[in-house]
Amino acid sequence: MLLNIKNLHVAINGKEIIKGLNLGVNKGEVHAIMGPNGTGKSTLAAAITGREGYDITQGEIWYKGKNIVEMPAEERANEGIFLSFQYPVEIPGVSMTNFMRTAINAQREYRGQAPIQAGDFLRMMEEKKKLVDIHEKLTNRSVNEGFSGGEKKKNEIFQMAMLEPTLAILDETDSGLDIDALKVVARGVNQLRTSENAFVVITHYQRLLELIVPDFVHVLFDGKIIKSGGRNLALELEEKGYEWIKQEHLV
Amino acid sequence: MNPIESNQLPLDEMLISSYEMSRETIVRGDISKVELMRDTALQHFKTNRFPDSTHEKWKNTEIENLTCEDFVQLIEPAQADRNMDELFRCEVHNFDTEIVSMLNGWYHDSNEKLRTLPDGVVVGSFKAAMNAYPALFEQYYGEIAQNTLNGFTAINTALVQDGVFIYVPDGVNARKTLQIIKMIDLEENLFVQNRNLIILGRNSSLSLMHCDDSINQHSSLVNTVTEIFVSEGARFELYKLQNLNDQSGLVNTTFIRQMADSTVKTNTLTFNCGLIRNTIHINLDGSGAHADVLGLYLMDKSQHVDNQIRINHNQPNCTSNELFKGILDDQASAVFNGYIHVARDAQKTNAYQNNNNILLKPTATINTKPFLEIYADDVKCSHGATIGQLDQDAMFYLRSRGISKANARLLLMYAFASDIISEISIEPLRNRIDDMVKKRLRGELSVCEKCVLHCGSPEKEYHFDIDYSKL
Repeated sequence: MLLNIKNLHVAINGKEIIKGLNLGVNKGEVHAIMGPNGTGKSTLAAAITGREGYDITQGEIWYKGKNIVEMPAEERANEGIFLSFQYPVEIPGVSMTNFMRTAINAQREYRGQAPIQAGDFLRMMEEKKKLVDIHEKLTNRSVNEGFSGGEKKKNEIFQMAMLEPTLAILDETDSGLDIDALKVVARGVNQLRTSENAFVVITHYQRLLELIVPDFVHVLFDGKIIKSGGRNLALELEEKGYEWIKQEHLV
Repeated sequence: MNPIESNQLPLDEMLISSYEMSRETIVRGDISKVELMRDTALQHFKTNRFPDSTHEKWKNTEIENLTCEDFVQLIEPAQADRNMDELFRCEVHNFDTEIVSMLNGWYHDSNEKLRTLPDGVVVGSFKAAMNAYPALFEQYYGEIAQNTLNGFTAINTALVQDGVFIYVPDGVNARKTLQIIKMIDLEENLFVQNRNLIILGRNSSLSLMHCDDSINQHSSLVNTVTEIFVSEGARFELYKLQNLNDQSGLVNTTFIRQMADSTVKTNTLTFNCGLIRNTIHINLDGSGAHADVLGLYLMDKSQHVDNQIRINHNQPNCTSNELFKGILDDQASAVFNGYIHVARDAQKTNAYQNNNNILLKPTATINTKPFLEIYADDVKCSHGATIGQLDQDAMFYLRSRGISKANARLLLMYAFASDIISEISIEPLRNRIDDMVKKRLRGELSVCEKCVLHCGSPEKEYHFDIDYSKL
């Protein structure tokens, strides 16, 4: 199993948000995590990617056969875990090119490879930009600075394409996107899907899952996965809302 | 003649007695204006002495820690025992400057004390210039330096013997950047005073670099006063590079007068020094004058930098833009005091002032005080100051892409500094400063064997360093 989360408890400032979560993801799979606001979806993403301030008070996160709960964020990234941020951060003064080259070289160094040649790097950028229709000029600008909501999300997928992760977590990548941008993002993700990688797609809405078709759908409520199913579960949720599952859970 | 020993006298007493005992040597070659000013200034100094941190304007800068030390003063140049041409050679690629070198406070030029460059720019030693250009000294010398500002300016006027004189005649555009390299290299604690007089004629232009460096680990105290006159329509750029050892003190006071439609840009880049006090006073004395006053300070250990900026908008339609940024590590401390004064008739003034700081450790300190005093009613002025840490959201964003914590910190610090660096309009200099900032942020920039710009060794390739234009 690529990712195996066992009885995970996560607290922020002493307040428990994730309360005993289990999740298993194999290579080649797409898992959707759905659920109402404030149930711990983004906290789960932060815990898997190693954000500081998210205290894992109990449980284990196994990834590629290692329990990674003590592993620093950059090492998890270099092991192939990627997070597409719900709110990508603007970093004035750091150019996209500089940022990406630094990231690529960090990854290469981790794998014991020499830094990438300038020419190869440029070619790689050109190729990956096409994947998400990212505007030529955006890569000459500072990271996310002045990008529109849609551009920021495309930029996340662009970075994902550059870094070629084994496990990608897309945290509400659909929020704030119009249907055209959503299609571009979904197409990018679908092109990156292989039998060797896996995706965890966090979303409120079914519409993204029409474009990125999941193998499994999980409902997160009150810090736990309370229901799992196939892609039809998403349709059911779209139609009936979350209330019936909550009721089922509380009974 | 040998240096005058301190005889355990406090520095102020030592200087007063030095003046009284060696007045004849000190005033030798003076024109009468300069000589007369010395006596008046000494009286000011006798009354006021050096400031200390009990003075309101010095309360966060403990200058008394330096003025209480023992120093020697050279009333005549000491013999150099090194190959000075080698020392002053500039190794910035593609950067062809006209070098003016000062060693231990004395104008150092094996050939001539005053020269006229092919483009008409006159450069020389303060002493030689006052005799060659007495009319310019009569008109400009001591006209804007305020001996009443503090004891440092007063004692400079009283005792100073050397410095750099630059005259750019009307309509002359200096072809090369002038570079003043001041080095301290003496096996004793040295008190150095320099006086620079820079005059730009109408519609002329000049870029000047002013490098303060030390090449050994001895303590020194440098007290420099610079007067700069920028005539109608003239353009002047001043880059100050400060890279002295941790034992050194630098009191750098610059007075600038700008006439109508002139532009001035100063960029004060402070990389290393025990204690620095930079004072810049700009008088916008003609309509349409513009000043950019920029600075970057990167301090660590127990270093201290104090930037005192005063801009007087004395005439209408002038603009000024002030931006100082600093990164402070360890127990380093900094002071920023920005003061914009808008006179009653200075309508349509547009003045902007900002100071941003990053404190890397809780033990670092910044005292910042932006200040506006406005007597005109049709003006646009804004000011601000920020003190913060590195943005934790940005840190996680970078780390989530595999970038190490250390490199993520460097990237963010470098990004913070970049809008000061990008304002350097001379490209080879900008590239060089860019490298120096990276090196400084990595903790690899020490007081070099040679001066700041002579570091010589090719830069390491930094993982975050990529120049898109070279791809």
